[in-house]
Amino acid sequence: MPSTAASPATRGVRWNPVFRQAVLEATAAFALALLLLGPIVGLVLDGYEVKNELQRPLLIAAIIAVGRFLVTLAMHTPTGQAALERFNARRRQPGILVVSISENNRQRWWLLVIVALALSLPFLASKYWLTVLIQAMIYVLLGLGLNIVVGLAGLLDLGYVAFYAVGAYGLALGAQYLDLGFWSALPLAAMLAALFGGILGFPVLRMHGDYLAIVTLGFGEIIRLVLNNWLEFTGGPNGISAPPPQLFGLEFTRTAKDGGMSFHEYFQISYDPLHRFIFIYLALFLIVCLMVVVVTRLRDMPVGRAWEALREDEIACRALGINHVLVKLSAFMMGAMVGGIAGVFFATYQGFINPMSFNFFESALIVAIVVLGGLGSTTGVIVAALVLTVLPELLRAFADYRVFTFGVLMVSMMIWRPRGLIRPRRRAFEVKGLCP
Amino acid sequence: MRHSEPLLQIHELDARYGPIQALCQVSLFIDSGEIVTLIGANGAGKSTLLMSLFGDPRPAGGWIRYQGRDITGLPTHEIAKMGIAQAPEGRRIFAAMSVEENLLMGAIPVGMDRMDADLINVFELFPRLKERRNQRAGTLSGGEQQMLAIGRALMSRPRLLLLDEPSLGLAPLMVQRIFATIREIRDSGATIFLVEQNAHHALKLAQRGYVLVNGEIRLSGTGEELLADPEVRRAYLGGQG
Repeated sequence: MPSTAASPATRGVRWNPVFRQAVLEATAAFALALLLLGPIVGLVLDGYEVKNELQRPLLIAAIIAVGRFLVTLAMHTPTGQAALERFNARRRQPGILVVSISENNRQRWWLLVIVALALSLPFLASKYWLTVLIQAMIYVLLGLGLNIVVGLAGLLDLGYVAFYAVGAYGLALGAQYLDLGFWSALPLAAMLAALFGGILGFPVLRMHGDYLAIVTLGFGEIIRLVLNNWLEFTGGPNGISAPPPQLFGLEFTRTAKDGGMSFHEYFQISYDPLHRFIFIYLALFLIVCLMVVVVTRLRDMPVGRAWEALREDEIACRALGINHVLVKLSAFMMGAMVGGIAGVFFATYQGFINPMSFNFFESALIVAIVVLGGLGSTTGVIVAALVLTVLPELLRAFADYRVFTFGVLMVSMMIWRPRGLIRPRRRAFEVKGLCP
Repeated sequence: MRHSEPLLQIHELDARYGPIQALCQVSLFIDSGEIVTLIGANGAGKSTLLMSLFGDPRPAGGWIRYQGRDITGLPTHEIAKMGIAQAPEGRRIFAAMSVEENLLMGAIPVGMDRMDADLINVFELFPRLKERRNQRAGTLSGGEQQMLAIGRALMSRPRLLLLDEPSLGLAPLMVQRIFATIREIRDSGATIFLVEQNAHHALKLAQRGYVLVNGEIRLSGTGEELLADPEVRRAYLGGQG
């Protein structure tokens, strides 16, 4: 480095305020972290006594302070400045990108990579990870379904878990009373859930916002309470068993029901419970792919666009002569149907269900997935569902802080990504006879 | 006596919001190819008249005939299918959707068959919208949003176009452009029912006009007659002369 007489002096002038700012910010971060973490991490309940372990929050706060110090310094290097500028520029954009179709096609190759990866995962994963993946897929499906209602049509539904329950109990009760198998119950349960979506849709046609949220919340609770209390029919809190999935009539069980044949007998391989999970995962994956295609297509069709228009401005929709009754009901029914399908898969994966699985927390989690994903963005919902189901598993070691992490995630989202992880995109169209 | 039936005829229409009577015995007619304007102060019931003509709120009394058919109390989407379109008050565009998607929404009542051709027509009428077709509609200026609202209504190929205060909140120059476009739309064959507070511009543009006061038609006549009327001048044109 060339050293001239002026250089150290100018550098001193340039860096001193930066250092001071960094030290100040680090101190503030330290104090804040101590304030936040002190009671949570520092006080440990041990038997009947509360132990004071102040060194733990002190250590964490110190790490945070050093981190903040380094971040502030990094922000003032040219690279840091550029990154900051890029970040802020993105925040200043009006929030919605319009993507032309040709631009969309460029993403195709990594889509293939993802599909290939997702298809090979179950053969590589352990049983534990396979179950995590199945749960993640179920939540992806639930997120996609609720995304139609909340994200596209803008109808805040806090009782979405009701349709999930209808689907799950549709399979279980259908098997018990009507002797339905998995594949015959799947469309019937989906239709039943859609019917329930219609039943919920009718009374709430005239409701908006908070009122709608409360009615749907009540609806979700009603379904759960009925399932819980109708002992003779549903088994109540004791639950009910659900049939395993089948592949062309082959059951994924150790011993098939009388007259049936099980998968491993037919292929003359030894029984492995993994087969069932792999099958469920693959079937779920296919359905998720199908849903993604359907939703993407629907968004470019009049009904999908009408959903979004309804979210934007209901009065304008009516002034345009859009039949808002039909639009709302179709959104509710479509969303409910997807929820029902997810429920069927949940039941067959669990093998046994009871009303405890369908409480309000589930609804809240699904709403969180949709909000986190960025209302209306399919990719966002998928990513959010994966994050919210897989991340807690990865962070098993920090299980005590799970809700805390969840809260931090939500708060940071509201600050830096208020429109969700993935910003909603709009498609551009090609019109015949119109030069660009 | 009139020799042929008007395109739209409203006869002694009543409308109410609960106990409040918003329209009282309103009668008017619109002939094919006309620009008819309805002027009145805030709260006179102008928008209510447009909305109840469009089926929401449903009329409490009286009847509405359109092209010889009684459309009183038909649901809004049925009326829209019959060739009546509306650019609602305050524009009410779909802010998060692109300009083009907004226009496509307008075509829903009549189906998508002729959409591309209609889109090209609208872009010819409003070249500015074509420039911005892939932009988010919420980022348009007020005048452009009004163009979009009118263009969106035109996408359903209306025979009768209802415009609710298209000059609301626009700069004077933009108001002139919008009104010039309204004349252009009339010349291309549509009939226009223009609801306005900007009485001066509206009466100059229209063949005939009605003045609505407290839910009742107070005056009617040709545009020039109303412009010259002392009561209209005093109440709506700033009282000169």
